[in-house]
Amino acid sequence: MPVLEQPSDVLRQFCHGDLEAFETLFRLHQNEVYGWIVRIVRDRAAAEDLTIETFWRIHRAHARFDPGRSFGAWARRIAMNTALDYLKSARSETALPEELESPALPDPGISEEIRRKTACAFERLPPKLRIAAALALIEEQPYKEIAEALGISLSAVKVRVFRAVRCLREELRRQGVEP
Amino acid sequence: MTENEQDRVQQLLKVAMPSCAGHAERELRSDLWPAMLKRLDGAPIDVPWFDWALLGAVAVCLLFSPAAIPLLLFYL
Repeated sequence: MPVLEQPSDVLRQFCHGDLEAFETLFRLHQNEVYGWIVRIVRDRAAAEDLTIETFWRIHRAHARFDPGRSFGAWARRIAMNTALDYLKSARSETALPEELESPALPDPGISEEIRRKTACAFERLPPKLRIAAALALIEEQPYKEIAEALGISLSAVKVRVFRAVRCLREELRRQGVEP
Repeated sequence: MTENEQDRVQQLLKVAMPSCAGHAERELRSDLWPAMLKRLDGAPIDVPWFDWALLGAVAVCLLFSPAAIPLLLFYL
């Protein structure tokens, strides 16, 4: 396989549907795309499948990509949409994913029951609010970065996080937990 | 809602839902390229709806005017 030295050449060739260029970009960005997706879906096997699905969408849309723009940002946006579609289709499943191990509880005031109810409330959030809450409150990503990844404004991210917190508080109260 | 209330919800969330930051979970367990290749190889050919419509229109034309068939073959 010829080595594609110039990133701009790789992007141009990718735009024309070149499989080797696509492979180069895949190998460069698969970890980053997976990292974003796993933070949202919180399931390694699902995140791997969704990484493939993301790159499948990228491959299908190669002709629409502008080589003058950042491939990473474009891939991240598609990854977010793929994860969002997954959450929408998997909303009925409310069980806490078992793959990601929980750390030791840092706050002895938070019982196992409250922890379980909080996880349950989080799983019941509407997908768009869940993504905002996962990235902003759990992963503590900068709002600007979240806005870029989701393709929305900074203020829209703040509104989603605010609404997510309000929904979580209401759901926790309904379950008898006073946050 | 005060900032304290938001902080409390965040604290609950962080305890209930562990962050992936810094965990091995954020790293891929294996290269996904072989799986990607399988997906690419197994993908059905994606024909745009416009192509199907064009094919249908040509078929209908040929059905109603068979004399046009030699002309079409000549230009192909």
